[in-house]
Amino acid sequence: MTTSSITIGKLGTSKRLHIFINRCKNGDWLAHRITSLFAYTLLLLTALLVIELYRHSGPSIRSFGWSFFITRTWDPIAGQFGALPFIYGTLITSAIALLVAIPLGVGAAVFLAELAPREISDTLTFVIELLAAVPSVIYGLVGIFVLVPGMRDTVQPALKAVLGFLPLFRGPNYGVGLLSAGIVLAIMVLPFIISLSREALLAVPREQREGALAIGATRWEATWQVVMPGARLGIMGSILLALARALGETMAVTMVIGNNPKISASLLAPGYSIAAVIANEFTEATADLHLSALVELGLVLFLLTAIINGLGQLLIFATSGRGTKQE
Amino acid sequence: MSSKLMWVFISAVFAQVASAQILINGAGATFPYPIYSKWFDEYHRQHPNVQINYQSIGSGGGIRQLEAGTVDFGASDMPASDEQLTKFKRKILHFPTVLGAVVPVYNIPNLAGELNFTSKALAGIMLGTITKWNHPEITRANAGVKLPASEIIVVHRSDGSGTTFVWTDFLSKVSPEWKTRVGAGTSVNWPVGLGGKGNEGVAGIIKQTPGSIGYVELIYAIQNKIAYGRVQNPAGHFVKADLGTVSAAARDQRMSSDFRVSITNAPADGAYPISSFTWLLVPAEIRNPAKAKAIKEFLIWMLGPGQKMTESLSYAPLPREVAAQVAKQIARIR
Repeated sequence: MTTSSITIGKLGTSKRLHIFINRCKNGDWLAHRITSLFAYTLLLLTALLVIELYRHSGPSIRSFGWSFFITRTWDPIAGQFGALPFIYGTLITSAIALLVAIPLGVGAAVFLAELAPREISDTLTFVIELLAAVPSVIYGLVGIFVLVPGMRDTVQPALKAVLGFLPLFRGPNYGVGLLSAGIVLAIMVLPFIISLSREALLAVPREQREGALAIGATRWEATWQVVMPGARLGIMGSILLALARALGETMAVTMVIGNNPKISASLLAPGYSIAAVIANEFTEATADLHLSALVELGLVLFLLTAIINGLGQLLIFATSGRGTKQE
Repeated sequence: MSSKLMWVFISAVFAQVASAQILINGAGATFPYPIYSKWFDEYHRQHPNVQINYQSIGSGGGIRQLEAGTVDFGASDMPASDEQLTKFKRKILHFPTVLGAVVPVYNIPNLAGELNFTSKALAGIMLGTITKWNHPEITRANAGVKLPASEIIVVHRSDGSGTTFVWTDFLSKVSPEWKTRVGAGTSVNWPVGLGGKGNEGVAGIIKQTPGSIGYVELIYAIQNKIAYGRVQNPAGHFVKADLGTVSAAARDQRMSSDFRVSITNAPADGAYPISSFTWLLVPAEIRNPAKAKAIKEFLIWMLGPGQKMTESLSYAPLPREVAAQVAKQIARIR
């Protein structure tokens, strides 16, 4: 630092200023260019992904056209391919996962952020974040050896006995199936929802809580009516991230979903998801049409994720207006 | 001292690199991967100038990569179809390497002993026409065994696999209905059942589910000590799969000249009917003469010392007659 100021000190004042301005200008310019390059690379990668998926699904798109989306048969030997059972399985398992994980996750986040003492909150959060780093194959193994027997012997017979009048809980009870897959997914996405929702809740200014309490609100009212609306965006974001993970999860799902491309009203029945069938059949697909149908499934999954994320953004956009009015 | 050691180490590494002049790449089947990796490793130890790399990416992937010319040889659990062969720019030779078998595994609580399965029973179960364990087609073959009246739950592989090909190839041969409704392949449209990923997935579901039946590779069943059933062969005997009965299935087969032959449902007396070869796919013309020489020498070694290493890994070796025929084909590589 001193040496450079000494060297610069030898130069004339105007020249010094010139170098300084240039340096700042060049730095800004350079940083701007480099970071924008990084950002646009992402866009380019996504575009390339879509183009490549589309190109390689050519034979399948030409053979089946739009009927690919509504056909229920998946027969690699006869060369008949339809995506409907896989789309169904993917959406249902993700829906079950969110249905279970949102109340649990947001509830846990509220406890950790609002009610628990700081040390307990930090320790628990650390443990929860560790859960997010467990490889999905481990969740699958735990699913197949612990969850599935429990579901078959305890949970599903109970569901059948109590809610058996609904078509959702009828049919043979295998243990593996849509419900088990949904629950494994719920466990897998919980850490995302808890950790991110807690951050969002903690980011709500302390004064708002104190203000609510000062005007006579109970702890619950302050949390529910003041803090939660303030953290709404962050919580929604955590749910969207959880959904994206649930839609694309492969290994854990394929181990407990039963891998049967049938559409059945019962949640106890085996099903299949898009990511699972790609992982299962890609390596041994020898026929061109089979391979390109699998690639087209990848394209379908991409579109599905894009549509659902878009809807999520719309929801956030539509509801964030109300949030601001309340403040 | 330590720097001296380091120099010894570095020069050893360089010596290794300098002498490993011939690098051969292969890709394909996962089923024979344990024996292949042992072979390539052992061969490299004996011939330090030849290094063979093998990626077990699946039979389909192996055939595709060979077609694209990115590997020197492919490996497959099912022979390449005529349609696939027409896509190759070069002529491709099939070399059988070892034999494998697929066995029926099941979970019936409180059952002593092994079950006998007629081919009709297996086809009926897989088609979903036989749904109870006490169906006459099953009880008739198992006199004295008390079978429950419970539902049969079918478990199959969900991932594309040579194991599934061998299993469905056998079912196609013994059941015309299976042949027309389902067919044989690495992934099929299963009439009934649950899918498990890999041998371990199928075995896992079966272990957990009373009344279930599925199929796994013989090696997997042996290594994990899973009980499996006997299967009736065309000669009428109920045969238990082991290295001997699997090799017997290959012995009496009339070998087609290109070795693309299915040995399921083999007619010999002691043959286990759900057996199969696994193949290396090698181009008949290899442009690089050094590579061609190395591949030929490896194949000759594989038929000799290589075959002696198979049994320790529970693979059935090629019968001597077949090995002799395969040896003749090696000369066709140029």
